[in-house]
Amino acid sequence: MANADCIIIQGSNMAECHPVGFQWVTEAKARGARVIHVDPRFTRTTAIADKHVPIRAGSDIVLLGALINRVLSEGLHFDEYVRAYTNATNLISENYEDTEDLDGLFSGFDPETNSYDNSTWSYQTDESGVAFTDPTLSDPRSVFQILKRHYSRYTPEMVAENCGIKPADFEYLVESVTQNSGRERTTCFAYAVGWTQHSLGAQFIRTASILQLLLGNMGRPGGGIMALRGHATIQGSTDIPTLFNLLPGYLPMPSAGVHETFEDYVAAVGTPETHKGFWANGRSYATNLLKAWWGDAATKENNFAYDYLPKINGAHGTYQTQVRMLNDGVDGYFLLGQNPAVGSANGRMQRMAMSHLKWMVVRDFRLIESATWWKDGPEIATGELKTEDIETEMFFMPAANHTEKAGTFTQTQRLVQWRHKAVNAPGDAQSELDFFFELGRRVREKLKDSDDPRDRPLLDMTWDYPVDDEGEVDAEAVLAEINGYYVGGEKDGQPLDNFNQMTDDGTTAGGCWIYAGIYAGGENMAARRKPRSEQDETAAEWAWAWPANRRILYNRASAAPDGTPWSERKKFVWWDEEAGKWTGKDVPDFPIDRAPSARSNQAHGGPANLDGDDPFIMQADGKGWLFAPSGMVDGPMPTHYEPQESTVKNPLYDQQSSPTRLVMRREDNLSAPGAGNPGSEVYPYVFTTYRLTEHHTAGGMSRWLPYLSELQPEMFCEISPELAAEVGLEPYGWATLVSPRAAIEARVLVTKRMTPLTIGGKTIHQIGLPYHWGVGGDATVEGDSANDLLGVTMDPNVFIQNSKYVAGTIMPGRRPRGPELVDFVEKYQREAGLSPESGNQLVTVSDEVVAESHAAESQASKGGHPHRGGDSAVGVTPGRTFGDEATDSADDRSGRVDLRPTDSIDENSTETVGANRADDGDPTNGDPDRGYIGKDADSAQKGNLGEGARDFSGRNDEAADTNTVDNRGNEEED
Amino acid sequence: MARFSPLEWPVLRQFRSSDTSGRGESVVSQKTRETTARTTTADKVVQSVCPYCAVGCGQKIFVKDDKVIQIEGDPDSPISRGRLCPKGAASEQLVNANGRITDVLYRAPKAKDWQKIELNTAIDMVADRFIEARRNHWEDFDDKGHPLRRTMGIASLGGATIDNEENYLAKKLYTAAGAIQIENQARI
Repeated sequence: MANADCIIIQGSNMAECHPVGFQWVTEAKARGARVIHVDPRFTRTTAIADKHVPIRAGSDIVLLGALINRVLSEGLHFDEYVRAYTNATNLISENYEDTEDLDGLFSGFDPETNSYDNSTWSYQTDESGVAFTDPTLSDPRSVFQILKRHYSRYTPEMVAENCGIKPADFEYLVESVTQNSGRERTTCFAYAVGWTQHSLGAQFIRTASILQLLLGNMGRPGGGIMALRGHATIQGSTDIPTLFNLLPGYLPMPSAGVHETFEDYVAAVGTPETHKGFWANGRSYATNLLKAWWGDAATKENNFAYDYLPKINGAHGTYQTQVRMLNDGVDGYFLLGQNPAVGSANGRMQRMAMSHLKWMVVRDFRLIESATWWKDGPEIATGELKTEDIETEMFFMPAANHTEKAGTFTQTQRLVQWRHKAVNAPGDAQSELDFFFELGRRVREKLKDSDDPRDRPLLDMTWDYPVDDEGEVDAEAVLAEINGYYVGGEKDGQPLDNFNQMTDDGTTAGGCWIYAGIYAGGENMAARRKPRSEQDETAAEWAWAWPANRRILYNRASAAPDGTPWSERKKFVWWDEEAGKWTGKDVPDFPIDRAPSARSNQAHGGPANLDGDDPFIMQADGKGWLFAPSGMVDGPMPTHYEPQESTVKNPLYDQQSSPTRLVMRREDNLSAPGAGNPGSEVYPYVFTTYRLTEHHTAGGMSRWLPYLSELQPEMFCEISPELAAEVGLEPYGWATLVSPRAAIEARVLVTKRMTPLTIGGKTIHQIGLPYHWGVGGDATVEGDSANDLLGVTMDPNVFIQNSKYVAGTIMPGRRPRGPELVDFVEKYQREAGLSPESGNQLVTVSDEVVAESHAAESQASKGGHPHRGGDSAVGVTPGRTFGDEATDSADDRSGRVDLRPTDSIDENSTETVGANRADDGDPTNGDPDRGYIGKDADSAQKGNLGEGARDFSGRNDEAADTNTVDNRGNEEED
Repeated sequence: MARFSPLEWPVLRQFRSSDTSGRGESVVSQKTRETTARTTTADKVVQSVCPYCAVGCGQKIFVKDDKVIQIEGDPDSPISRGRLCPKGAASEQLVNANGRITDVLYRAPKAKDWQKIELNTAIDMVADRFIEARRNHWEDFDDKGHPLRRTMGIASLGGATIDNEENYLAKKLYTAAGAIQIENQARI
């Protein structure tokens, strides 16, 4: 970021939430960069910025879309970059219809399942799959022209009306980003959970990706889109995931009925028949993982024990699992350093779900609220739960902290850093490494005589890690397994140097292909600590970045198509004609000897067929996607929809909110009715949550520390002087905040940092709420939890909840205590006439429009290649794309992953969805043992994802990373 | 403390030295002179990484007698250049603040409070429950006959604050056991 000429921070309060990282923004500013903060609040970030642009939460696509519109309509894009490196010239199916044609729907919408069939979003290709293009960019079906039409109504007037941004501020933004992009200059975007925690958060990031591709800012120093994540290894825990839909290295968890065989699975991951990017080697990546996990039991004959992998068939995310708990469908729950009683949306649902468990293991440093809800949680106070009636067995197991164990964290730019152990953990405190190793050892011991085939995967698993003198597992041995090693032959057991050495015949094994090389030559590369003063700015010898120690992804785009640097000023990686290879200040992210002029004219065939100007090497076609034929379930291009509970009517379409958002229609998850519906006036204000420097997420690592507790002792709300006057709130007095789910109290902070905005002629008041406090008996400081106010409405791509736009009301005074609190919340619910249907109408356009959208799908299906499903005409994506967005946005960061459950989408799109959206929102349809079973897996083949198009990009996630526990507000994390 | 002497009066000390502003050597007490930073007496200094957000600031952990006595920013780090935010700077308290729980606690069904139990006993109890929950909610096939080979009886949440190696072992064990409802902070 220090190399940027302009930095736009939007959806993040970086100075507050990533204070030390923010030094690079100030460094850039000292070098002359312009810094702009787009945010509902004036914050510590704003204080350093050149300009604050106040915005209404949830309206970011209107603003970014208007920037795209201006760039395209005035020809301000980086023409050479766009033509060579993006899919601007590609022609899209004749059957594609835009939201401009269908009042807010894209073609292919199925009202039965509330999901899209993306077959009409595909490229036009010839018989062999080679895409048709229009180098003149003038064909009406070209991506360039479609993009232009799509955003043509995103005007400065619309920005003023919907975002509340003054025309002069908009012009300042336009001038800033366009004057600071091109050959000589680069602009960088930074975001956090202020973008991800929306029901279309992934599309917020996509919008920025499109703008950055048009401006030529991807893959270049000082460019890109920086996701600011909020936990020490939120990145690592998506790379080596504890996530339901992923296996290490962004390999998908296999789906029932879709990936029946290893061949099905490999085809979905990526093969030379489907890709020319590096996912073409998917077979090797998958084989190495299986070989690492099942060792000798994984043979060529048994497809490397592929059948040992459990299969998913739907969304098994946090919130779906919680509903299953409420239906007594889950017995046991492990918490590993996460505090969902405070950190997850709709805290009451979280805690009530825990009361249905048979047992729960909380591994943490302190008695966090998720460990003590059964004796001092809010529901004990209201009488909704009684300690003596709660059957749940609780185990609290003290955890070792970061000084008491060795291991790696992966930070937000993919840099993997090793921590050395400093001291022994006290008492019975133990690392997760030792706990899981021991748990696995005992489970295997107890099952050792079993002849049940279900137990084979456990018994055949490689689980023989060396322990040190203290009896603790050697973390470096685990890192070596993650890196990979040779199996058999003269190099048996030796570490791999990189993922290109991985084979698909069982002669190598490796737990996470993108980390291959971290233990190259037997050296722990993550432990490298060459001081910054002894190396250049890239600091390639400080720790290790995946993949291949590369610091900027897609850095081939930092050179022009002919291989020369775009400019001397932005020189980074370039083609050395004499040596016949790529070189520069970083590890080139490209086949090292592929000349810029190389052309294969093949649509697939693996990396050997990448053209010399295909910089986005994880994409199936090597191009940055302005238009995403696959990978996003809610549209090939971002479109503005109003947030759930918004009191503002969508000024662009009759389709008010995202038609594919995931709602949970339940009595314990009620929504405000939304714009124009009776009862919406009961919840007129907007709550938006965020983080503070002095606390971390749900407080487990901060509210027990005296220093930090003293610095930020008490829950508060930030409101404008205008709102304080309107409602009668006194500075430093108490306020009660009520949402359709809960009521909490907070101290009142009246400040001009909050700006009332005029939207559609009405004044909109936004209220800021930090979410670090919780109710319990053990912390140094406690307070009501902002997350109790939130409802669960999710982004359909990544299943992250909307935390940044919550409808509610505020009044002076403290909230009621005891059972009266429940009555109090219900009084407002009755007044607003809420039912589980309120605010949850997914489709708000006419039946004719829906029919037209749906018909387009059928037409395309007829004309396409049914066996390829939704990717029919695409020469591009039958496999997943590693990042579409991730990719696109990836530049310096990357990694984001999409958390979309792999093919679950399909499922979502079939009957499951129905179940998912049943009145009670119970994804199990009331049957705790049923789960998502029953969806028509075959139909998945024709769903969005078809065989593979999963995107791994999602990013929201964390981008969100944000956190969970953190919900971090705008900030975050993660 | 040194024996009292009129010559040690601050004003005289100031005149005797060249400390014209009275803010230097002349106002340093004996106690201050004898005080040294904890960091200079540590037995060892270990390079580490801050456990809070994802910036990844370098930390230096100062250890004496197998206790963490101080945590400071690592000036060598190209990411943080020696800086820490209030959380990172307070992380010594994460290790040492009073009240840290170092025993395993157990709460029986319907019980009103915790009781201490042995770590060994606890892991064994958890292993038994793990096996039972796994069996209780095992699913071999979906209703179309597609293999599932999984259990819905076990869920797990968290991973972003622990190590990559720990996530790896957790995911490996869960997956081999057929547990799929494995999630972490990235979904939030």
